[in-house]
Amino acid sequence: MILETKDLKKYFPVTKSFIERLFTREMKYVKAIDGVSIDVRKGEILSLVGESGSGKTTLGKLVLRLIDPTDGRIIFDGRDITYLKGEELRRLRRHMQIIYQDPYASLNPRMKIGESIKDPLIIHNIASDQEAYKMVLNMLEKVGLTPSEHFYGLYPRSLSGGQRQRVAIARAMITNPKFVVADEPVSMIDVSLRASILDLMLRFKHDLHLSYLFITHDLAVSKYISDRIAVMYLAKIVELGDVYSIFKKPLHPYTQALISAIPVPYPRREKKLSLSGEIPSGIDIPPGCRFHPRCPFKMNICSEEEPTLRRIEEGHYVACFLHQ
Amino acid sequence: MRTTDLIPREFWRKIRDAGIDGYMVIVGLMIVITAVILALFAEFIAPYDPIQRVGPPVSPPSTQYLLGTDSIGRDVLSRLIYGTRTIMIVILISTVLSMSVGIPLGLISGYIGGKLDRLLSLIMDSIYAFPGLILAIAVAAVLGPGIYNTSISLAVVYIPTYFRMIRGHVLSLRETIFVEAARAIGAKDRRIMLKYILPNTLFIITVVFSLNVADAVLTEAGLSFLGLSVASPTPDWGFDLKNGQRYFLSGYWWPVTFPGIAIFLLALGFGLLGEGLNTILGKEEI
Repeated sequence: MILETKDLKKYFPVTKSFIERLFTREMKYVKAIDGVSIDVRKGEILSLVGESGSGKTTLGKLVLRLIDPTDGRIIFDGRDITYLKGEELRRLRRHMQIIYQDPYASLNPRMKIGESIKDPLIIHNIASDQEAYKMVLNMLEKVGLTPSEHFYGLYPRSLSGGQRQRVAIARAMITNPKFVVADEPVSMIDVSLRASILDLMLRFKHDLHLSYLFITHDLAVSKYISDRIAVMYLAKIVELGDVYSIFKKPLHPYTQALISAIPVPYPRREKKLSLSGEIPSGIDIPPGCRFHPRCPFKMNICSEEEPTLRRIEEGHYVACFLHQ
Repeated sequence: MRTTDLIPREFWRKIRDAGIDGYMVIVGLMIVITAVILALFAEFIAPYDPIQRVGPPVSPPSTQYLLGTDSIGRDVLSRLIYGTRTIMIVILISTVLSMSVGIPLGLISGYIGGKLDRLLSLIMDSIYAFPGLILAIAVAAVLGPGIYNTSISLAVVYIPTYFRMIRGHVLSLRETIFVEAARAIGAKDRRIMLKYILPNTLFIITVVFSLNVADAVLTEAGLSFLGLSVASPTPDWGFDLKNGQRYFLSGYWWPVTFPGIAIFLLALGFGLLGEGLNTILGKEEI
């Protein structure tokens, strides 16, 4: 187990207007993460799938301690890092990295890409300047930016989106991390380049034996890359299982809807399960099962009680009253 | 770091392609560079000693005295050329001073935030609330005349502009993804401020610098016009302006007109440079 969260919560306070503050003392919160327990095994890719606004990115930042959790525990490589601070946390960062969604925003526009990749090595005193330079050239070659000496001196502005994402991956991998959060790393990349970026990430996984928390809204991508899938809906995990069983036998109506939304090469006239409405806001979470207002199989109990994540078969968990 | 890193070739291409803003920058640069050359090589360019009587009082412009002589027979042109040096030194020192206080404070205040930020912003805003010239007069009156004291009083006026602009920019840069990425790779605050945030405020500094300087030229001239800047007989445009205006009504127009034009041109030069850069760089970076 490289990473484990236990009942992790993150509530963001909602800023109230002056008038509201006069009349009510009650604080309102956006529940971005509301009790999530997941585990990422060593050498595994766990996909976190869900709509925009379900809290995927927040969870990714929480486990890296880029934002502070409200409640719960984060255990990284056997060590509780929930309240780690300052220098200790900073030192730990060489073992856990992040690849961002937007390659246009994640690189310092005033830094040569070679320097950007080199910076983690200097920060963590991993290598001297000379050695670091060589390691960066090596890394540039690994991610396919050749001739590496040429690319070393370029600024991000002269690179394409795909090339920038390769730089971002290189920067994340240069310290040989144990765990990487990939926050929708291909969603802003041209479709024709997605597979090559994903393959690059898979190659690093094998070379460095690292684990990914792979955040995506695209089930097709997660099917391609991951070992296990966690489906998230409105700040909670609703289904968790290995890729095979999730696709073979999706149990939660939300997962079923997501899977039926994947375009297929030869569509048959089957009845597709489609959802109406939007994901509710994290301020007013529906009572009972948070999915029930949109659920086609809604029962009475759904609006009264909240289902918990239950084991249905080996390694397959679901939070739904249809399966209890 | 090579200079091409700071002023990339693309920058010149941008200026060339910017149309009217590009011309503003080029004209402004030409005026400023001329002033710098005059200031540096005043000894070789000026025809006479600026503080010696070299001819009859108030002799009109002629081939011997190109811009005439002033009320005590000093060459107006030579005084103008040496005066460039005075004003450039004052501007240089005051800019270095206000930058070296305003930029670090703005950077720290914006990045760290909290109580420190509130305190610093309060102080800076209250300084900023004063009209520039009034504040400069007050400080200069306390410190007394002299090049360094004038520079300090100008610096006090312009520290808040650097502070406010840098702080505002840092506030938005602090939330960018690449700054968060820097934290994610384990960079210390110091490194984030110096390597990730500061370089991205360079264009703001350039713009604030050239706009402030245009203003500082006028403020310095105003101070010396009121006799609060450098002591006579040091050649100084504002001082000459004051001296000359007493004779203007008697028909001696040259001792007052030429220093006036010089002040106007230098302020215009920095102003054009600042406005042009503002438009060109602002379009790119935001």
